[in-house]
Amino acid sequence: MDFAFSADQQALRAVARDFLANEFPIGRVAELAESEAGWDPGSWKQIHDLGWLSLSVPEDDGGAGMGFLEEAVVFEETGRALYPGPVFSTLALARPALADSELLAPVLSGQATATLAWAEDGALGLLDSPRVHADSAGRLTGTKRYVPDLALADFAVVVADTGLHAVDLRENPGAVLPRPTLDRTRRLGDLVLDETPARHLPAGREVLDEVRLRSMAALACEAVGVGSSALDLASGYARTREQFGRPIGSYQGVSHRIANIYLAVELARSLAYWAAWAVSAGDASAPLAVAAAKSEAAEAAVFACENAIQALGGIGFTYDHPLHRFYKRAQGIDVFEGTGAAQRAEIAAALLD
Amino acid sequence: MDFRDTPDEATFRAELRTWLRDNLPPGWGSGPPHVGRYEAEFSRAWSKKVYEAGYVGMTWPQEYGGRGLPYPYQGIYLEEAARVAAPHHLGVIGLGMAGPTIIAWGTAEQKARFLRPLLAAEEIWCQGFSEPGSGSDLAGARTTAVLDGDTWIVNGQKVWSSYAHIADWCILVVRTDPEAGKHAGLSYLLVDMHSPGVEVRPLRHMTGDPEFNEIFFTDVRVPRHSMLGQPGDGWRVAMTTLLHERGTLGFALTAGLENAVNKLVGLARETAPDGRRPADDPLVRDAIARQWVELQALRYTNYRSLTTLIKHGVPGPEGSIAKLHWSESNQRLTKLALSVQGLAAQLDGAGGVWNGYWQYQQLRSRGNTIEAGTSEILRNIVAERVVGLPRSR
Repeated sequence: MDFAFSADQQALRAVARDFLANEFPIGRVAELAESEAGWDPGSWKQIHDLGWLSLSVPEDDGGAGMGFLEEAVVFEETGRALYPGPVFSTLALARPALADSELLAPVLSGQATATLAWAEDGALGLLDSPRVHADSAGRLTGTKRYVPDLALADFAVVVADTGLHAVDLRENPGAVLPRPTLDRTRRLGDLVLDETPARHLPAGREVLDEVRLRSMAALACEAVGVGSSALDLASGYARTREQFGRPIGSYQGVSHRIANIYLAVELARSLAYWAAWAVSAGDASAPLAVAAAKSEAAEAAVFACENAIQALGGIGFTYDHPLHRFYKRAQGIDVFEGTGAAQRAEIAAALLD
Repeated sequence: MDFRDTPDEATFRAELRTWLRDNLPPGWGSGPPHVGRYEAEFSRAWSKKVYEAGYVGMTWPQEYGGRGLPYPYQGIYLEEAARVAAPHHLGVIGLGMAGPTIIAWGTAEQKARFLRPLLAAEEIWCQGFSEPGSGSDLAGARTTAVLDGDTWIVNGQKVWSSYAHIADWCILVVRTDPEAGKHAGLSYLLVDMHSPGVEVRPLRHMTGDPEFNEIFFTDVRVPRHSMLGQPGDGWRVAMTTLLHERGTLGFALTAGLENAVNKLVGLARETAPDGRRPADDPLVRDAIARQWVELQALRYTNYRSLTTLIKHGVPGPEGSIAKLHWSESNQRLTKLALSVQGLAAQLDGAGGVWNGYWQYQQLRSRGNTIEAGTSEILRNIVAERVVGLPRSR
């Protein structure tokens, strides 16, 4: 029984936190979020140079030969900073589906970003049956919805009736329909396919089981990062803001609310790390660990943000303050693969049926 | 990071599982669970058996009757004991509070005298901290000890003392210097509960069970050397006790909650008195899954805290939330177990579901957020010492 990150993993976290604090302080994130592009494409080379794109790829395939646990550290830190780039989309959603494909190399080398297009009207889940159709020439027709980071990605892996296909978005810009999104640091888009050329991928749809575990565990870690930032914003403010001649953090009405944030975030952290370990180790506990972690961490992040907003009073309710950005990310995580109730239904089936 | 047993731990777990199966009373675990606490003599006999098999105080140093094993072994014992709902050791105050405090502060003579009988449940301990006038405000204690030659003369009243009615010894916080400051005037005595002048009066909590007691001290004579630390060290010694109460207790809390979740799952799969099966109700299913998630959160938070304890010698700050989370989760769980019984939730005793097991558990759980540090005090601790907010008083 050992629940601690290794020295290497801790070093990875320290470097990630430093990089994000220096290059992407929340003020810059807010500027990028309000920009048309929504991110700084030049930063992707920095992400590559930090080694994040190949952490869990075997050394024989040009990666760092580490595991999902290392990626989990990156997901938590990018969530904490709200880094507005396609880290989650590229690493957790798309990359497992690119195994054995010639598209893997440009993704690992930082030359291409990618995302996954799975959702359709009436089939929102990763494992639901898609209706997007691939014809005999491999061209795709149909509409994918809610594709994360669609306008930032170079490729989209599309879940179609015949398997997985990759669409080059640079060559098919007309297929990309950005949608106004609450979380401006992770914008969604519709992928409108009409006999759009695509490349059939070697990985079959069964890889989506792995994608589902990885992406839910990744978002649990992101949510922990988001909740940690909300806690920092709330406690920092409560230490210094004075009313009636005392810091408001000395009033139990405020301090107990912040203690509750800490409680929720730390409980979620334990579950998120457990899930990340289970996915990394391929442990049999992974499906339930991931369900527990995703449901609890998403709800903890929402709870943390809502209570931080209340602790900050009027300023926390303004557009100028960054809290709403964390709140919107937390809400986005919450609805991924269904809210917590959907994950608890999986857990209940395992316990009761 | 790895949550799997090491080969040695796996061997230990397998041997323990066999031992529990062979040593629990015949038929153990079949039929509805026992309601309330076990009879003291049953618990004492079981505790002694567990001690003789080497499963008590495993993490304590060998020189004090332990086995010097790493903390995860204690966790494995509690997990396996919870899996079969084995009875608790009778000496919980001794094992969790008095023992670790004696190890930290006691003289060689005190360690030699007290630790082994404590592990063997031959001597039961109780706690004399709270008073009618000082509950959360422990440093406000007014029970006095005045030195008369080589003897402390103790007068005062303690309250909410579990096991005092069967206890042989008491860890007692007293005021030895009324002139010194609130905290500096306190001392920490080890008091023989069989001394003349000690009177124990049972208090019944809302289940009707006389689990805890008032203790009255009237001119009780305590030898001068029967103290941990020096006069005036009482506050610091008491903090050692409470650190252990709130620190390494995580495993026991996890084990208790796991046992409760298992029983709740069992209840939900039975047909309720209204003819329905709670496990078929989507809202009940959601609530049960939530309890299971809360249990895992407690378990892995405890692992995190324990890993910090192993690596750095002190439990991690996240350990401070274990009791807070456990108590509130257990309250939700037991309420859920009553609510699925419908009108039958009002029936108690032999006519009730599981002979009133959940009726007892639900009422007992209301004490969970009060005993061993109220949730309000624990939130103060988290806010001030962990999050670093300004003091509230």
